[in-house]
Amino acid sequence: MTSPPSPSRLDRDLLLWMYERMGLIREFEERLKTLVERGVPVGPVHFYSGQEAVAVGVCAALRPEDWIASTHRGHGHCIAKGVDVRPMMAELYGKATGTNRGKGGSMHITDVRVGMLGVNPIVGMGVPHAVGAALSARVRGTDEVAVAFFGEGATSMGVVHEAMNMAAVWSLPVVFVCENNGYAQATPVEYAVAADRISDRAAAYRMPGVTVDGQDVLAVLEAAGEAVRRGRAGDGPSLVECMTYRYHGHHQGDETLRYRTADEERTARERDCLRRFREVLSAQGFPVAEIDGIDVRNRERLDEAIAFAESSPLPGPEQLLADVYVESRS
Amino acid sequence: MSTEVATRELTFSQAINEALRQAMRLDPTVIVMGEDVAGAAGRAHLGLSDAWGGPLRATRGLIGEFGPQRVIDTPISEMGFVGAAVGAAMTGLRPVVEIMFADLIGCCYDQIINQAAKMHYMMGGQVDLPLVIRTAYGMHGFKRSYGGGAAAQHSQTLYAVLAHVPGLKVVVPSTAYNAKGLTLAAIRDNGPVVVMEHKFLGSAAKGPVPEGDYVIPIGKAEIVRRGTDVTLCGIGRMTHVCLEAAELLASRGTSAEVVDVLTLAPLDEATILESVARTHRLVVVDEDTPTASMARDIAARVADKGFDWLDGPIKTVTAPEAPVPFAAVLEALYAPQAANVVAAVDEILG
Repeated sequence: MTSPPSPSRLDRDLLLWMYERMGLIREFEERLKTLVERGVPVGPVHFYSGQEAVAVGVCAALRPEDWIASTHRGHGHCIAKGVDVRPMMAELYGKATGTNRGKGGSMHITDVRVGMLGVNPIVGMGVPHAVGAALSARVRGTDEVAVAFFGEGATSMGVVHEAMNMAAVWSLPVVFVCENNGYAQATPVEYAVAADRISDRAAAYRMPGVTVDGQDVLAVLEAAGEAVRRGRAGDGPSLVECMTYRYHGHHQGDETLRYRTADEERTARERDCLRRFREVLSAQGFPVAEIDGIDVRNRERLDEAIAFAESSPLPGPEQLLADVYVESRS
Repeated sequence: MSTEVATRELTFSQAINEALRQAMRLDPTVIVMGEDVAGAAGRAHLGLSDAWGGPLRATRGLIGEFGPQRVIDTPISEMGFVGAAVGAAMTGLRPVVEIMFADLIGCCYDQIINQAAKMHYMMGGQVDLPLVIRTAYGMHGFKRSYGGGAAAQHSQTLYAVLAHVPGLKVVVPSTAYNAKGLTLAAIRDNGPVVVMEHKFLGSAAKGPVPEGDYVIPIGKAEIVRRGTDVTLCGIGRMTHVCLEAAELLASRGTSAEVVDVLTLAPLDEATILESVARTHRLVVVDEDTPTASMARDIAARVADKGFDWLDGPIKTVTAPEAPVPFAAVLEALYAPQAANVVAAVDEILG
């Protein structure tokens, strides 16, 4: 199950799908962190742990044919939109079976078949791609919606503002999702962003802007759902700011205690999105055994993904010069 | 080409306009976007539209036929709208995006070199990126006794910084005929293609253009004048300078062959080498500044692969290592002229 169930069956199926995806992201990232610490050369990676409720809450509001554009911290977005974790892991191993045939790595994972337009490590540059996807949807006469994920650091990039302005001018079905995890590498948001809330920026572009608890997947779903409905109805773009926290460094090896306190990290983890959602499910009467079963299945999926990556072939030398130009298909 | 094909005289800009129009009629996924590609957007209720038509007026009239959904005036947001064109190209459209002047590529360089150029490769071939970027380049070249041109930030050539990036195709038409054929080829290419349109040629280059649909293959140079003593290799407007030089040389008994490069990336080395193999001498003429230029790239490739055929040093005739000056008297000294090309040939022939 890689796409959210239709809203009419919300409740049970959707809630379990959300828990499964959040858990799968966490499992992927924590297993990946172990691989990195063991010295497996997976290239530069930016862990999504801690932010799972954002990717999953947003993608739970989308249809399979909708589009997302991602950031450098994109593994969570990929998994939430339905990218298979086996080719994802193989991509990190630089294997021929990777999502990008081993030619992109963590910072470029893409699967357009599920509407995932690319992890994008040039900060802010994926945002106009979502605007373009929304423009494309309109010209092609569909009601697809496009989501642009970006961090609070990206709001200092002009291109993000250009993209918001264009989406508003053309009243396009774009949902701008700011994942405010408090830090752009080691630069805190209160230092670098001259706004009390990122969502305040929306007013400048005549679009609704809300700030939600990004550690509460149901709050994210509600806000994203409203923004998606608005876009699909032809009422234009929205900005949803999700207050969240990344548990690990900017990338592997980054020592977070050089720019934030242990106390702050401890407090943030007390609001862990996955644990909180598990408590919500328990309170709603989901059997613990069913929830545990999802965790077990996610661990097995990562076992399979890592085994798949390790046993997959390396790209052949012919791949060095393959696909530099797009071959004509006439 | 068959002589039965109906042709008329069109300007370079009119030929591009016709290419866009014909491509848009055939394929509803082709859209045009950029700053004032129509002009007067949002003023339809006042009976106003199509105030501008781009810097060369190459998009004038398109909005009347195709409407504002497919002919899209953008805010002044090069990074944003080139990025939107990239996203549109990934999701089923064939956008033709206009960057008003080549000088403005600095405002959207990331979307061109990091996004558009690399996506097909770094995504493992899973996405096509049928994106065309059209941009006006070069000096206007009016001959004035005083006053000046568009100066340092609106007169540059800059195609070398695009041709340098693997994954981008870069074409430089020189006539109305090849402007139409290369534009149609660019629109039908499934990857990103930059079409460099010389400002001066926009209205000055006039010639016969077939009415129908045709493409000129990207990646092919053309020998536009046959000769035996020296090959003059021209890019864009410089092809006309080479032809002018060839006439001057002919009057003095030297037979010059002229190669119109047409595509800078991927470069058609074979045609250039084949010409040099016959003439044994090469002068490359480029309106760009010399360091890391196409002129020196072509010279280096011929030195590497055609050394045995050469009877003399390869010469390059380029703009000087300086920004484009404003004053007309200085601008006139800036761009290569036929006399400079003749002087370079004289140096080789001794």
